[in-house]
Amino acid sequence: MPDERGHFGIYGGKFVAETLMQPLEDLRQAYEKVKHDKTFQAQFDHDLAHYVGRPSPLYHAERWSKQLGGAQIYLKREDLNHTGAHKINNTIGQGLLARYMGKTRIIAETGAGQHGVASATVAARFGMECVVYMGADDVQRQAPNVFRMKLLGATVVPVTSGSKTLKDALNEAMRDWVTNVDNTFYIIGTVAGPHPYPAMVRDFQAIIGREAKRQIMQQAGRLPDALVACVGGGSNAIGLFHDFLGDESVKLYGVEGGGDGVETGRHAAPLSAGKPGVLHGNRTYLMEDVNGQIIETHSISAGLDYPGVGPEHAWLKDCGRATYVAATDKEALAAFHEVTRTEGIIPALESSHALAYGAKLAKTMKPDQIIIINLSGRGDKDINTIARIEGITL
Amino acid sequence: MSRLATRFSDLKKHHRKALIPFITAGDPHPDVTVGLMHDMVKAGADILELGVPFSDPMAEGPVIQLACERALKHNVSLRDVLGMVKTFRKTDAATPIVLMGYLNPVEVMGYRVFAKAAAEAGVDGVIVVDLPPEEGADLVVELKAHQLDMIFLLAPTSTPERMAMIGAMASGFVYYVSLKGVTGAASLDVQSVVDKVNQIRQNTKIPVGVGFGIRDADSARKISAVADAVIVGSAVVQRVADNAGDARKISASVCELLSSMRTAMDKV
Ligand SMILES: Cc1ncc(COP(=O)(O)O)c(C=O)c1O
Repeated sequence: MPDERGHFGIYGGKFVAETLMQPLEDLRQAYEKVKHDKTFQAQFDHDLAHYVGRPSPLYHAERWSKQLGGAQIYLKREDLNHTGAHKINNTIGQGLLARYMGKTRIIAETGAGQHGVASATVAARFGMECVVYMGADDVQRQAPNVFRMKLLGATVVPVTSGSKTLKDALNEAMRDWVTNVDNTFYIIGTVAGPHPYPAMVRDFQAIIGREAKRQIMQQAGRLPDALVACVGGGSNAIGLFHDFLGDESVKLYGVEGGGDGVETGRHAAPLSAGKPGVLHGNRTYLMEDVNGQIIETHSISAGLDYPGVGPEHAWLKDCGRATYVAATDKEALAAFHEVTRTEGIIPALESSHALAYGAKLAKTMKPDQIIIINLSGRGDKDINTIARIEGITL
Repeated sequence: MSRLATRFSDLKKHHRKALIPFITAGDPHPDVTVGLMHDMVKAGADILELGVPFSDPMAEGPVIQLACERALKHNVSLRDVLGMVKTFRKTDAATPIVLMGYLNPVEVMGYRVFAKAAAEAGVDGVIVVDLPPEEGADLVVELKAHQLDMIFLLAPTSTPERMAMIGAMASGFVYYVSLKGVTGAASLDVQSVVDKVNQIRQNTKIPVGVGFGIRDADSARKISAVADAVIVGSAVVQRVADNAGDARKISASVCELLSSMRTAMDKV
């Protein structure tokens, strides 16, 4: 998976205007080359080890596990990566590919700002120009990351069209790419978009699951019973799941942004409550109205506030290999505080959705069972949001 | 013969090129659209391109994005657009109509249901911006079953191999996107368009329309010297936006632009 043309079952594919078809084919060919190129892969591994700080720890959250009274919870500490989230794994990979293809300008879309920061970081390191598109609403709620991007030398463009969030930032980045396609590399931040992005981003993120498997074998001597990860576009989840897809005893749970509750309609959970359609270059589950217009999403977490999802997740849902659930804003906030106070780790609001469902799941399991939760990022960027909710001025 | 084929062969007989204005259906209000369509025909339009509003128009520049937003304020749906075509057809059976939009509304309606409803309404051709030939075979089959033309795009980045493949699949006309960019972009390089159109003609016999970046009589005249059809989008839609409060002013302003283009093109 996927097939030659980027299909995961009926999902995925390459639904873009003609202008981008050949550039995507060039990208596919370049990526196929570096995938089997020892020098490129050695450079990627080197950067992950010495620049990102991999492997990231797999940490047994003993105190929290005991408190919950169920399964043993292990946290995959992507929050300890350079720049504070899993996003950097992918931007290192695509950044190297951009350089290999001779591109001098990088563009990216961002929701929470983590992917924007990670893109601005590789651009700074490679001496490339960087433009980051970000929904105007997200510029407000993720202010610390906006400032980080600017410090790194990137231009942050607030997007005021549509719903002013991640999907609109993606539209605007695509418009930039189609205009500047000769010198520009578009680093998509998740496993969505047209082929080859979903497969390429997955491959760059799959390091998460490969490490986690080795680490749990070392620490516990066996495979986990379940993996849990939050799903915005789905890159940290696919990254964790990928190496375990063949291990049928390992259950896979993706946790979407439940907003006010899936039953209220105010959420960001296309796999839980959406329907298949076509957006942003691929066929996947979408949140749409009866006329096929994409509808606004609601999540406390900017990184999950997206009406689509990577096509491989759509396929994993339909074939039953993975289960998709939602955690509400409230549940995520509760988990945020619980893990902060119990384990001394401040998680990102995105990751807090995985923690919330992981805790629920753990309680239904026995103490000799094991769950790995992907702690996809750290929560420093969210402290303004948390403070505002609690009525505190910083 | 289809309305599109008839129109192109009539124009050829008279050594004229087709003028194709684009408006977004339902912009700024659903009541305005059908009247504006008739007025554009009177001002010299040979074929009408009707945009189906979409929430995420990825290939559009700001002018047409805003047109989509104005139409969507009135919840204009694909079904509503077909309704407008049906009304237009009551008094104009000859002018070909091409719908231009994005795939998702068509997916939701279902390809077969859409093809049947579009044919019944009096649509002649369909452009789906985000549906390249690689993914388009299923829709083409359904459209063909109702004698509807699937109009594919070609771009400055299209290789000769893609031109040949698309030329073989397309019907009605092929739409050459004259620049790398979104609709409404300013930088039209006439010589590169001439070169590309000549290259396209080596790969297909069907008419070649050129759009993106044509904004005035001068650019329309230059492009009509080489293409079979001149497609004008953002320049028309901008006039709709500038006069949004008054349907008569919209028509007057749009028709003034089209008349000037028509005159310039007919001098070639
Ligand atoms: C920390 C963190 N986790 C998760 C996500 C969601 O993205 P994905 O589903 O691609 O992992 C984001 C996106 O911004 C993020 O910053």
